[in-house]
Amino acid sequence: MIEFFTEAWNSLPPLVQYLTVTTWKILIVTIGVILIVAFSTYFERKVIGSMQARIGPNRVGPFGLLQPFADVIKLLIKEVIVPSQSSKFLFVIAPLLSLTPALATWAVIPLNDWYVIADINAGLLYVLALTSVGVYGVILAGWATNSKYALLGAMRSAAQIVAYEIAMGFALVGVLMAGGSLNLGAIVEAQAGGVSHWFLLPLLPLFVVYWVSGVAETNRAPFDVAEGESEIVAGFHVEYSGVAFAVFFLAEYANMVLISTLTAIFFLGGWASPFEGWTFLNDIAGLAWLTAGGLHWLFLKMCFFMYTFFWLRATFPRYRYDQIMRLGWKVFIPVTIVWIAVEGVMAWFQIGPWAGLNA
Amino acid sequence: MLFHSILFYVFAAIMFGAALGVVFSRNPVHAVMFLVLTFFNAAVLWLMAEAEFLAIVLVLVYVGAVMVLFLFVVMMLDVDVEAAQRGLTRFAPLGIGIALIMVVELIQVIWLRSQISQTSSGFAATPEGYSNTKALGSVLYTEHVYAFEIAAVILLLAIVAAITLTMRKRPGLKVQDISAQVAVRAKDRVRIVKMDAEKKS
Repeated sequence: MIEFFTEAWNSLPPLVQYLTVTTWKILIVTIGVILIVAFSTYFERKVIGSMQARIGPNRVGPFGLLQPFADVIKLLIKEVIVPSQSSKFLFVIAPLLSLTPALATWAVIPLNDWYVIADINAGLLYVLALTSVGVYGVILAGWATNSKYALLGAMRSAAQIVAYEIAMGFALVGVLMAGGSLNLGAIVEAQAGGVSHWFLLPLLPLFVVYWVSGVAETNRAPFDVAEGESEIVAGFHVEYSGVAFAVFFLAEYANMVLISTLTAIFFLGGWASPFEGWTFLNDIAGLAWLTAGGLHWLFLKMCFFMYTFFWLRATFPRYRYDQIMRLGWKVFIPVTIVWIAVEGVMAWFQIGPWAGLNA
Repeated sequence: MLFHSILFYVFAAIMFGAALGVVFSRNPVHAVMFLVLTFFNAAVLWLMAEAEFLAIVLVLVYVGAVMVLFLFVVMMLDVDVEAAQRGLTRFAPLGIGIALIMVVELIQVIWLRSQISQTSSGFAATPEGYSNTKALGSVLYTEHVYAFEIAAVILLLAIVAAITLTMRKRPGLKVQDISAQVAVRAKDRVRIVKMDAEKKS
């Protein structure tokens, strides 16, 4: 039986084999991301609940674990209302335009040392290009709705996203200088060798800039002026209901998971283990996974950053709009430019962990 | 190779249709979105020509930044659709003339040159592990570094010019001085007076 299948597989043309394998890889990653997104809503409500001395969801399933599915089913069976004066095609396609880039970016993200859908050389550029495309969903949703509140929300959000993208891009310039490559797998490998080799400490200012810009880029609290409930009802998705709203919701959380994973890859060594080189851990039974790099480390780092997202939301009040712009343009961009210059000087004099990389 | 050509024709057809959509759509926002689609398909065609750096930079710069600002402006403007429709027939001869000039130039570049040199037959196969980005970078920062720096300085000049043109000092504008606000101490603002609750008579 097994021989039959291997024979049938080998008889297929190489293109079909390649397409089949890649399709399965994409499916596995996408379903994994969507499941993580579903449970991160549960995680968020539990974390914020405990920070506000509440219980959080606990009715549906054991410990409320089935709450995300209950939410999804509720949103699926609700009616999608399309405003009568709206631009119908753009209104419907806008949520998809904000979800697709968030999922498509996973194509270049290395989950461990061999699992990556497309191992391309310009991976970091691809990430930058796709994160910059995500803004269209928000702008078009705001415009197509034909509502003042939605348009105002879209304007705020687009200006904010465009402003913070520049700081984000500059922070990544520092990362690619340190990593010596645009390939995400090569950037992770450049950080191999435990915590001291991560880019976290040598690039600490860039890490802070990238992470805070990431929070601003995903329109999360304290930068959520795009949907400031107290000022403009709900911002760009005020007229969305049912599945269309669910897709926006999914896109926001998918972006959060993506930013968390990217931060882990660029600054915290991705799938590399923090205890690499602690060989005595290998001798203790059941602790070998601590030193081995792999998906579990990437997942743990991602969870940490997701927790930080929720922590920030529960802690800080919303920024005022002019303060957001001031932080983006007048603080973050100068900080990144200064640190890139410092890094260039250090690389020239062969100081620091990236010495010898610019061969 | 057949698969490659099918992909090429599909993306080229979508690009052509989208370009027509830019010209003929009645709504300016729809026209901008068609232009975005055109850029995307152009990027895909460049990817198929193994120019991945140019393709990704096209998406990053034009789709991600320039067109977003375009969309901003177009959404803010109150465009009179009727007047724009009348303009289409009026400007059609001019547009067709410019298009013809461009076609002639393209023919000169692509067709005539290939007739003369006879060497280029399609794209040269790139060796394994060849990185388009790396090759571009190594040329840009060594051979053409002077032109590159001049371009950078011109862009910087444009930024400075744009900011100075739009910056104006309005009298009576209330501005926050955040460092002054943070530096405030309670004793500068509040005078604490010690006194008895009630005077004994």
